[in-house]
Amino acid sequence: MTPTEVETIYEALANRLDELGAEKRELYLAKLALLMAHELGDAPRALALIAEAAENLDV
Amino acid sequence: MRPAGRSETQSLYFTYPHFDPPQDRAGLSDAAPVAIVGAGPVGMTAALALAKHGVRSVLFDAKDTFNDGSRAICVARQSYHILEDIGAVDPFLEKSLPWTTGRTFYRGRQILEFDMPDSAREKYRPMYNIEQQYIEEYLWEAVVREPLIDMRWQSRVSGVEDADGAVILTIEDPLGTYRMQADWLLAADGARSAIRQMRGLRLRGENYEGRYVIADVQMDHDYPTIRRALFDPDCRRGGTILVHKQPDNIWRIDYQLHDDEDDAEAIREENVRQTVASVLQEIGHTGDWDLEWWSIYSANTLALDDYRDGRVFFIGDSAHIVPIFGVRGLNNGLADAHNIAWKLAFVMQGRAGAPLLDSYTPERRGATLDVFANASKSARFMTPPSPGWQLMRDAALNLALSHPFAGELANPRQMTPYTYADSPAVSADDPGFSGGPVPGAVLPEARVRDGFLTDLLGGGFTLLSFDEGLAQGVADLDLDVVVLDPGSEAAQVLAAGPHSAYLVRPDLHIAARWMRATPETLRAAYVRATAGESK
Repeated sequence: MTPTEVETIYEALANRLDELGAEKRELYLAKLALLMAHELGDAPRALALIAEAAENLDV
Repeated sequence: MRPAGRSETQSLYFTYPHFDPPQDRAGLSDAAPVAIVGAGPVGMTAALALAKHGVRSVLFDAKDTFNDGSRAICVARQSYHILEDIGAVDPFLEKSLPWTTGRTFYRGRQILEFDMPDSAREKYRPMYNIEQQYIEEYLWEAVVREPLIDMRWQSRVSGVEDADGAVILTIEDPLGTYRMQADWLLAADGARSAIRQMRGLRLRGENYEGRYVIADVQMDHDYPTIRRALFDPDCRRGGTILVHKQPDNIWRIDYQLHDDEDDAEAIREENVRQTVASVLQEIGHTGDWDLEWWSIYSANTLALDDYRDGRVFFIGDSAHIVPIFGVRGLNNGLADAHNIAWKLAFVMQGRAGAPLLDSYTPERRGATLDVFANASKSARFMTPPSPGWQLMRDAALNLALSHPFAGELANPRQMTPYTYADSPAVSADDPGFSGGPVPGAVLPEARVRDGFLTDLLGGGFTLLSFDEGLAQGVADLDLDVVVLDPGSEAAQVLAAGPHSAYLVRPDLHIAARWMRATPETLRAAYVRATAGESK
C-alpha cells in the first residue's frame, strides 16, 4: 500500500468516525476490526495485530 | 409457579397423578442392593438401567406426584438411545417434537439459520422437545412394568450412615419412620440434594452468569419446531429471548433479566404476563394465549469434585448444575444414570472388578467440565459478562446483518456426547485407523440390513467384528459378537478394514478398537474395560 493510499484510508476513517458520533463510534470500530480480520484470512496474523494495536496506549 | 387460583399441579394440559406412600408396611426395612433417592428422570432412568441388568433397587421420592412444571424440555439424540436401551422410548417418539433447525434474530432480523447434524443413517433426530412431566410419566410407566423396582412415594430419606460394606438409610413417610440398609446409594435428588448436604459435600464453580425467567404458554401459534433465539429484540432491548415449541400447543419462552431487575418482582404474575405479551407481539402472535407455568433460574456452572463418596454416587443435578444453553442438564443426568448403572450391576454380579466404579467420576465429571467450557462460551454470547464481551457481541450481531460469517458466532453448537478419552476403563487408540470414532466416544449409528447398528448390540459388552474368525478366540469372554460386512455402511462409518473390530460397552461408548484385532489384544482391552483380572 502506498503512503497516499494509507492517507486516503486514514482520512476516510476520520471522516466516518466524525459522522457517526460518539455513541456509535465504539461499535463501529469493533465491527470494522472483526470484518477486516475476516478479510485478512489469517488468524495468527490477526491475533498478532490485536496485540500490536494495544502497545503504547499509555504514552 | 402458576397463575393465581391454580395450585402447583393444576396444569392446562397435564393431569397430575397422586401417589400414596407404601401401604404394605411389611418388608420396608428389608435390605436392598441399591437405593436411589429421587424419582425424577435421572433416578428413574438409573432404576430402569439397573433392572435391565438384573439388579433390584428401591426408589424413593419425597413428593406425591411428578415435577410441578416442565423444566427440562430438550432431549438429545443420545438420550433417545438411552431411553431405547431401558425400554422406554416408544411413548417418547410418539409424543415429542423432533427438530434440527435453529434461527437466530437480531433486532427482529434473522442473522443465522443452522442445522444440527442429521442424516438417514441416524436412527434418532438430533433433538426432541417434550415437557418434563411427560418424560417423568413415560419413565414411570416403564418403572411400574418393572418388577425389580420398588418405588416408594412420599418417602423422604432423612439420614444416611455408613456401615460395613453398606449404607443405612432413615426414611420418613406419612405413615412412619424406618431404617433400611442398601449396598449402594444413588443420589438423584436434584440441585438442592439433601443427600449431598448430609454427606457434607458442596458444589463448586461459578455461581452466576445471568438470570432467566422461563414461562410456558398455551396458544395456537403457527411456527415449525425450530429453536428461535432473539438477541436485543424491540420488546426487551439488551436482553436475549429463546422460544421453543413443545407438544400440546405449549410454547416455552425464556427471557433474560436485566441486571437491575429484582428476582421477586420479575416473577410476579402480572410482570410475567406483561413480558410474555410483549414477546408474543415480537414474534407476531396476535391470538389468545394462556399462561401455564413459570420459574426463574440463573446460569450456573457448579459441580462436585468427586461424584463418588464411598458407597454413594451422585447422578444428575445433585452432582452438577449447568447453564441451559447447551441443553445438557437433563441429557447429562441421563448419561450419568446410564453410566453408573451398568458399572454397579457388573461389579455387584462379579462381571467386573470394583475399581471400575472409580471410572464413573473421570468419565462423567469430564463430561460436565466439557459442558462448562461449551456452555460458558454460549453464556458469554447470550449474556456478555463485561463491557469488552458486550461490545464484541453487539458488533458481531450487527455485522451479521450484512455478513453471514459473523452470524456463526451466534450458533449455540449444541454438543455431541462427550468422549471418555482419559478414562481408566478405555484403551488407547490404535494408530492404524484413519478416521472413525476413537475409544471413549459414543458408537456412531449406521444402517445395517433393515435396521440400525445399535439394534444389533447385546445387553452387555458387544464385539463388533469385521472378521468372522475373531470370535472363536474369545468365546469365554462375557460379550456378544456381531459380525459386520467389510463393505457395509457400518464399515465406512467405523473406518474399518476386513480385520477390524470395536469393543462396545453397555452404555454404547467404545472401549477399544483395532485395525487388525487379535484375541490377545481383545482380551487385554476387555480386562481394562471391566477392571477385571486377566483370564
